[in-house]
Amino acid sequence: MTHTFVAYVEDIPGVLTRVASLFRRLNINISSLTVGRSERAGLSRLTLVCEASSEAGDRIRASLYKLENIVDVDDIAKAPNVTRELALIKVAANPRNRAQIFDLVEVFRARIVDLTSESLMIEMTGVESKIEGLIEILREDEGRILEVCRSGKMTMRRGHHTSSVLRAMGKGPDEKPLPEDEPEEASNATVDIEPA
Amino acid sequence: MGTKQNTQSAESHLTTPTRLTGAEIVWATLVGEGVSTVFGYPGGAILPVYDALRKFPIHHVLVRHEQGAAHMADGFARASGKVGVCMATSGPGATNLVTGIATAMLDSIPVVCITGNVSSKLLGSDAFQEVDITGITLPITKHNFLISKTEDIAHAIRYAFQIAQSGRPGPVLVDITKDAQQGTAIFDFEAAKPRPYRPHPMLKVEDSGLAKAAELIRNAKKPVILSGHGVMESGAMEQVRTLAERAQIPVALTLLGLGGFPASHPLNLGMMGMHGESWVNHAIQDADLLIACGMRFDDRVTGSLSTYALKAKKIHIEIDPAEINKNVKVDVALVGDLRAVLEELLPRISGRDGSAWIKTIEASKGDVSVHDIKNIPDSGHLYAAHVMHDLWRITGGEAIVATDVGQHQMWEAQYFHHEKPRSLVTSGGLGTMGFALPSAIGAKMACPDKEVWVVAGDGGFQMTAAELSTIVQEKLKINIAIINNGYLGMVRQWQQFFYDSNYEATPLVSPDFVKLADAHGIRGRAVTTRSELAEAVKEARTTDGPFLLNFMVEKEDSVYPMIPAGSALHEMIRRPGKNPIVESPDDK
Repeated sequence: MTHTFVAYVEDIPGVLTRVASLFRRLNINISSLTVGRSERAGLSRLTLVCEASSEAGDRIRASLYKLENIVDVDDIAKAPNVTRELALIKVAANPRNRAQIFDLVEVFRARIVDLTSESLMIEMTGVESKIEGLIEILREDEGRILEVCRSGKMTMRRGHHTSSVLRAMGKGPDEKPLPEDEPEEASNATVDIEPA
Repeated sequence: MGTKQNTQSAESHLTTPTRLTGAEIVWATLVGEGVSTVFGYPGGAILPVYDALRKFPIHHVLVRHEQGAAHMADGFARASGKVGVCMATSGPGATNLVTGIATAMLDSIPVVCITGNVSSKLLGSDAFQEVDITGITLPITKHNFLISKTEDIAHAIRYAFQIAQSGRPGPVLVDITKDAQQGTAIFDFEAAKPRPYRPHPMLKVEDSGLAKAAELIRNAKKPVILSGHGVMESGAMEQVRTLAERAQIPVALTLLGLGGFPASHPLNLGMMGMHGESWVNHAIQDADLLIACGMRFDDRVTGSLSTYALKAKKIHIEIDPAEINKNVKVDVALVGDLRAVLEELLPRISGRDGSAWIKTIEASKGDVSVHDIKNIPDSGHLYAAHVMHDLWRITGGEAIVATDVGQHQMWEAQYFHHEKPRSLVTSGGLGTMGFALPSAIGAKMACPDKEVWVVAGDGGFQMTAAELSTIVQEKLKINIAIINNGYLGMVRQWQQFFYDSNYEATPLVSPDFVKLADAHGIRGRAVTTRSELAEAVKEARTTDGPFLLNFMVEKEDSVYPMIPAGSALHEMIRRPGKNPIVESPDDK
């Protein structure tokens, strides 16, 4: 099954090697990894996606915790969450066929962020399937896609302070029940509310 | 040899913040952590640290190979329960530590390794003797540090000591660049204290788990306690014993668990696993409840997992959450410090009648004891079993025994009955040949008043034999028993059983070990018959200074019983009928 681990790690040299080395040793491929600063000073937040047996989840989590520089780990795949990916796609386009791409970009709710006489760059945020959908359609014209850069997945639990990460850190405000108008989806990625 | 200066001021550094060089900070921090002995080998990138040694009250043991330094620190830790410390220079000095670090990692031994490295501006440049030792040791340490600033040294070393000893112990490496050793900084021991130890967040001992464990124990008809190395690390000997005695539960031990429960105790079944006695493994296979205490269901202990203890419910008390359900799926996991968990569990345990089950196990021993070593007439042959039996008998089981890996290690485990914790120093997880001699040196440094024996095979002994010089230089009274059968015995045994007796690369030519000892100024003698055995052991014990005994044992003797790798725990190769050796160690 697909595991999505969210971890808070110290923002110092070598931490990523330690995380990656753990998966290397288990011979598990990391299919996606994003790292960036978090809301807490000195801590980075990473989202790591991999395929492993369902029983492996607890052990991987326990092993991640054994790394000295890891502050918190959450296995998030089964929990209601919002998952996003950012893609930059550079496509060949000239003044004659630009309009067609503009339409596509409109349909996918993406944006044009760079435009030259020979090419343009599309920025798109969304779930993996949506990004793949756009790429697939762009591929229908051979040679059109010049470059694709994808960020990998970023994941956050849904709801108000439901992240066990925050809770375990003792940093989150007290747990409150979800307000009724805030829907909680049963599974991730399928019923996403579009970002405004 | 450097002359010790007045080391009084070294201690005042601990209370008054002082400006020191990085090299001085290394020693001052070690003194503050209570270190008295460091095992190491100097070299260019660690020279500033060595230069500062004379100012500090620490004894440095010069080894002959850095692997020896790591094993000595390991042996020191195993024998004393304290952190062992070793030191090496950059490059080859650091890489030579690797086998020793991995040995400590696999057996959860608290060791701190300090290595020098090239100056920080040369890192990653392939400078002379530069190697990425933090990269190399990443998977075989609990944690490691690359320190390139003088002001970071004290904190890193103190943090390393905390990590090495806390939770499930293990080795930690601190790599310090030469410029950091040469620079100066204010040394403030108190301020360099690491943040409070943070227990693994997945530790979990719930009331419901304790209640379920107590109920399983109450209702069990055929329970067995599996007692491992964690019993020693946690200091839970009394608690395990109380549990066993109160609920009348027999105890089986892992190799590293030997000594954690007295061998002479009527509830002690003996060692389990690949070379465990038949009744021990049968008891585990027939059990309806296993209470695993500080052990990790290693493959050498379980045999084939698909057939392992299928009738048994399992309670696993373990401090490392990553071990839960790793090999064996358990019914109740109590994830925490063994001693603390047992103290919570024991009030829920009441007296139980275990006599029927104990009788069943007793009966399953069958006629094995009639072949007892004591009853076998002397055929003129010398068997390793005789050696280990007599060594145990003559030393009263009081000695610390450090072994290598292989047949002699298993015979030691079978015939030397360990009463007390920390009396067996052996490489279980990694199975490191060459471990015995250096680890015995570490054990002797930790426990100078204890009798220490090296038990090694003729193969493994030659891997680290250079440390004989270290024994002499340190004037240590260590006795050495070489179980010499002219083969890499355990490999030869596998070749005999599983590779049609094709003895490829296992016959072994060795030097005359007695002459080798003599060249070092160590006395010794060869023993070829059983009749000389006891007297030779006595001579070794009563001689001032180290003594080497070269036991020329039966060449093609094998360790029985044996479970072939991957077979079920009860599918063991039994002792052949006409084998003149002991059928049982049941002569306690």
